[in-house]
Amino acid sequence: MKSNQISLTFSSIAENVSIARLLIASVGGQLDLPLNDIEELKVAISEAVSNAIIHGYQSVPNNIVYLNLDITNNTLTIVVKDEGCGISNVEQAMQPAYSTDPERMGLGFVFMQSFMDELQVESVLEVGTTVTMRKHFKQTPISSH
Amino acid sequence: MNLEKKIERLTLLLRLDGELDMHTASILRQAIDSEIEKRGIRTVILNLQDVQFVDSSGLGVILGRYKKLLPLGGKLKITNVPPHIYKIMELSGLPKIISFYIDEAHAYEEGRGA
Repeated sequence: MKSNQISLTFSSIAENVSIARLLIASVGGQLDLPLNDIEELKVAISEAVSNAIIHGYQSVPNNIVYLNLDITNNTLTIVVKDEGCGISNVEQAMQPAYSTDPERMGLGFVFMQSFMDELQVESVLEVGTTVTMRKHFKQTPISSH
Repeated sequence: MNLEKKIERLTLLLRLDGELDMHTASILRQAIDSEIEKRGIRTVILNLQDVQFVDSSGLGVILGRYKKLLPLGGKLKITNVPPHIYKIMELSGLPKIISFYIDEAHAYEEGRGA
């Protein structure tokens, strides 16, 4: 398996969440991941990018979201970084059903945790938040999906 | 996200086509809320047959509409959910709160005349 790195920076606008999903779906296809895994990666990346826009940048559009993908030794690493307001209590924010907004379900981190093998959240107030997610996959491509 | 809208008395049927994320969820929220406010819609049926993707933002808007209709004596019903979309919904616990139907006819039938 060849290693591969992809970086994408984009404005913190809602329309760009689907672009992050398109990218991860293409990478998943290249890695010959099962369709179900690709669907789960799409949800995980969608949650991380949405959090960066909605919470990190408080939905203010003229900010930048940083997305880094790394494939090394059968592990896909997704890093989503914002330079926004940060999370004061990461542990609390990661609790199921924790949400600052009644219109939201507080399931973003739950989905990331369920669909990825590893999840790490680093946050500093007024500096930003970095979400690192890892998925391990089998080297042998699956012939029938 | 494409929305096909059908209104019959106080029931709004929406057929959704596309991806339901934070961007399209706000479009769906506005579409439903404006009909509740303008026309006094009390039953909302969402046909999810052609939905390819949903995340927690999409689920949040569905739950939010359910919560909005409840105190008005209204109902939110979901039909034709594709299996991979249902999996996400199940993980969120949504099927414990909201009624799911196999198709529009079943959703219309239940509670008719009430």
